[in-house]
Amino acid sequence: MAAVRTFVLPHYPEYPIQIALFKDVTNAAFLRSQLLEANSDFDYAFIDASMILTPTHLLSPVFLSLHLHLTTRLKTRTPHSEIIFRLHPNNNIGESYRKFGISDTTTTLIAVRLSLTPDVTRESVAKHLGDVVEGTSVDVGERGEMLGEWGDVGLVRKVYKLGDGGGAKGKKGAKGVAIGGGVDERREMESVILGIMAIKGL
Amino acid sequence: MATATDTPATPPPQHTIHILPAPFTHSPLTLLAQGAEALVYRTVFLTPHTPCVLKYRPPKPYRHPILDKRLTKARLLAEARVLVKCRKDGVTVPAVLGLDAENGWMVLEWVEGGSVRGVLDGWVAGGGRFEGVEAGNGVWGLMRRIGRAVGRVHDIGVCHGDLTTSNLMVRTGASAVRGESEGPQTQTQMQRPKRLTPSALREAAMTSDAPPVFELPPEEPPPPPSKAQSTSDLEGDIVLIDFGLATQTVQDEDRAVDLYVLERAFAATHPGAEALFQEVLRSYGESYKGGRSVLRKLEDVRLRGRKRSMLG
Ligand SMILES: Nc1ncnc2c1ncn2[C@@H]1O[C@H](COP(=O)(O)OP(=O)(O)OP(=O)(O)O)[C@@H](O)[C@H]1O
Ligand SMILES: [Mg+2]
Repeated sequence: MAAVRTFVLPHYPEYPIQIALFKDVTNAAFLRSQLLEANSDFDYAFIDASMILTPTHLLSPVFLSLHLHLTTRLKTRTPHSEIIFRLHPNNNIGESYRKFGISDTTTTLIAVRLSLTPDVTRESVAKHLGDVVEGTSVDVGERGEMLGEWGDVGLVRKVYKLGDGGGAKGKKGAKGVAIGGGVDERREMESVILGIMAIKGL
Repeated sequence: MATATDTPATPPPQHTIHILPAPFTHSPLTLLAQGAEALVYRTVFLTPHTPCVLKYRPPKPYRHPILDKRLTKARLLAEARVLVKCRKDGVTVPAVLGLDAENGWMVLEWVEGGSVRGVLDGWVAGGGRFEGVEAGNGVWGLMRRIGRAVGRVHDIGVCHGDLTTSNLMVRTGASAVRGESEGPQTQTQMQRPKRLTPSALREAAMTSDAPPVFELPPEEPPPPPSKAQSTSDLEGDIVLIDFGLATQTVQDEDRAVDLYVLERAFAATHPGAEALFQEVLRSYGESYKGGRSVLRKLEDVRLRGRKRSMLG
């Protein structure tokens, strides 16, 4: 059994979200191959945890995907592939998978499963992930505190073109999202990233 | 005198309840304001402890539905894009947390605090006088921060388009960043009913297409002014809101019009505050490289404004 937390998005209480985190994963290539083969048992968003900065950074594309699914406006095949797609600032699905999706070398992994049907429960997801993921299960915490724990600030900054916190547009310290490390930097980056994801492709 | 048989000259206002789009249709939300274009609610988003503002632009019944949808989408998207640009370039505006332009809604980060208008009214109610304010008074600092905030937006190439004293907020509490100071909150706890603001009432009264959305609560007396509150409220970052009319431009002319609109708004909501407003302009002029030339342009814009009002 893997540690799985259930999240309930405000305004969509009837569609809980199951989220699990693994470190020291050794069979990422296998997991990825199951996605490529479209094995229906592997209906997950498998995300490389190094690309997730904060819990809300993950919950935002999850919300968008659920919302677009329920209003029949998905741009990709499933709500789970849509989560990966919504994470990326551009409209290229392949690029989204390359940047945010599981790769053969992924060692920290976030798995997201929407409970869109009654058979998908915390227990069923915990059992299945526990069986198929070779790695150490990590409890993400009540508010998902651990979801950003492996986030790589530099990589995330780059993919969203957040500059280096000043030099980007020529003026020192005047423009670009604040740097300095720590919680404030992440929160400020998150504020911009949520906006970038919200306005993309419209 | 009217008799019982007279037909009223104006029909009673229709108190329609707007049906919100998904996913808010069945959520109990708190209405904050109803402007000419948008309904503004307070709610939570993504997590139960992330307070936010929902801005909804309902369909306009007099417009062709397809055209209406297209216009609403374009405007919301433009507003969201400007907000994201501001946030990216380090200008203090609410973050965009969510958007469904097609269905007319946008979710913004909650800004804890009050409008400059409300803060200045509170300062006056607490005994402040606009004439002859002594040098050390906190209200000067407030004016300087307003000038700098407007300068910052202009510096990144954005004109706000509707700079009023209501669209400038003063953020209270240093770490009033999203949800930080608040524990987990249930929806019912958040439903403190709020009254429509006087300006929202006035706006609602002036627009025939946007009737009030609910029965107006009975008049209640304004809260008693508290001196402690009115001085501490002067502190805090200036946060610009309501970018519904914003444009991306670096023309001095547009920037000067922005300042002119703000000057007139100040004069309208705070008569007697002209000397204070000079401090806004002074600090604006110093806040970025192009500031001074915009102030020179402002003189032309004022002159034209005066001529126009003499003709009208
Ligand atoms: N991010 C926010 N945080 C807290 N309060 C807000 C926020 N945004 C708006 N408000 C409140 O709601 C009121 C109305 O918001 P806003 O000015 O954006 O809408 P509006 O004037 O109706 O819009 P429009 O001019 O596009 O029709 C504000 O005066 C303010 O009191
Ligand atoms: Mg407004």
